[in-house]
Formats: sequence, structure tokens, C-alpha cells
Amino acid sequence: MQDLELIGGLLSVVGAVFLLLAAIGIIRMPDVYNRMQAGTKATTLGSILFLLGIGLANPDWLGKILLLVLFIVFTNPISSHVLARAAHHRGIPLAEGSVRDCLSDDEAGEEGGCE
Amino acid sequence: MKKLSGRLLLFAFLLAIWLLLSAPFSREELIAGAIVSALISLFPFGSIPIFSEMRLTPKALIWGIAYLFVFLFELLKSNLDVAFRVLHPKLPIHPGIVKVKTKLNSRMGRLALANSITLTPGTITVETKDEYFYIHWIDVRARNIEETTRNIVSKFERYLEVIFG
Repeated sequence: MQDLELIGGLLSVVGAVFLLLAAIGIIRMPDVYNRMQAGTKATTLGSILFLLGIGLANPDWLGKILLLVLFIVFTNPISSHVLARAAHHRGIPLAEGSVRDCLSDDEAGEEGGCE
Repeated sequence: MKKLSGRLLLFAFLLAIWLLLSAPFSREELIAGAIVSALISLFPFGSIPIFSEMRLTPKALIWGIAYLFVFLFELLKSNLDVAFRVLHPKLPIHPGIVKVKTKLNSRMGRLALANSITLTPGTITVETKDEYFYIHWIDVRARNIEETTRNIVSKFERYLEVIFG
């Protein structure tokens, strides 16, 4: 019982570290797409670990916690995909130093490059 | 046959969610949940694609479980990768939007593939068009469409091909 609580606490701390990294990433990244990489993704593992940690510390809640994890896994990618898509449709440019933008090239009808 | 397996899956899914929600386990809850789930899954509405398009062969099931572990491993690996880039003082990113091609034909397979790509940090599916996905990649290493496909898509596609076709 004590051990489980300890492991749960450790997992929660690791999860919190990933969430902190996501926050740092949002500040450091140069454009909206890269911020989303850091901000929406590091949070998946962060929140999953955090929730699992809570679940281990309180085994009675484990079922509901698993449901929450599933919910995050199914909804997170859809929301971040839609955000990125909307940003691109709105015409927000990629940061300087980006290697290439195949989607804009294809929409403009340019040949080569991406094949 | 296909419809029946879809309903069976829906029943199992509803019951599993109910049991998880009503934990700790008790027999009364199991019986009540089973009755309600059976009624809902017998309801004559159109089938839900996630249940009717999944293949229900033992092979697909085993690959599905294997896929779960492959996916978790990729999730962990790429999370550490992005964490390293965020903390590195020089911020070593080479972002760009690349184009990849998928072999998957079913809608559910493509949905699962696009969501898996988005969930692993470092890649976001920005747009899908026919058999091509446009992916924002934080570290563009590949030159052409074959290389990017091999780098991003192939590791998931192998499994999803068996599960959804």
C-alpha cells in the first residue's frame, strides 16, 4: 500500500515535469506550429503519467482514471490537428528557418520539391 | 455477419466503460450494465464505423495489442526527443511541412494513422488529401516522399494494415 503510493507519487512528479517542459516549449518555440508540437504533445504523456500516478495512489479510482486516459488519447490529436489545420488555412506562415512547406507548394500548384 | 460483429463490439465496449465507471466491481452493477448495453446495441440505428470496420480475427486482435505497445514506446521516445529539443540551449529544430503517402484504404485505418501521427510529439497531421497526408515535422530529415513515409508512417502502418485493412 505504501509502496503503491510512493510509485504513484513518483509517476505524478514525472508527469508534472513533462507538463513543465511543455510550458517552457511554448515560450521558446518560434512559431505557432512548433509551439503546438511542444504545447499539445508533451501534455499527452504528462497528463497520462500524472493521472496514472493518482490512480496508483488511490487504486479505487483506477477505472475512472483509465477512462480519462482513453478520453485524452482520443480527443487530444483531433483538437491539435484542427488547430494546426485552421492556422494553415488562415495563412499563418512557418517560422524562419523552416525547411519547406509542401502543403502551400501543392496548393499553389508548384511542381517538384515534394515528390 | 459484419453487422452482428459490429453490434457485439459495441456491446462489449459499452459494458467495459460501464464497469470501469462503476468500479469497484459488484454483481448487481454487472447485470444492470449488461442489460442496458444489450438494449442499446440492439437498437436499430446505423452501425458505428469504429466497430463495424474493425476486423475481428484473432490475428487482428494480437496485432492490435502489439500496436498498443509499439505506440506507447513511440510516444515515450518522441516525448523525450521533443523535451531534449526544448531544453537544448540552441533549440535544434528544423521544422517544415512534409507530404507522406499511405497505403491504408479504410476510413478507420486512416483515422487511426492520422491520430497516431498527431499524438506522437514532433509530428502533427495538418491536412489530408486523398492518399496523402501533410505533416508538420519538427525535425525534417528526409528529402523525398518515400523517405518521409518510411520515417513517419511505416512503423504504424504495418500494424494498422492488419487491424483495419
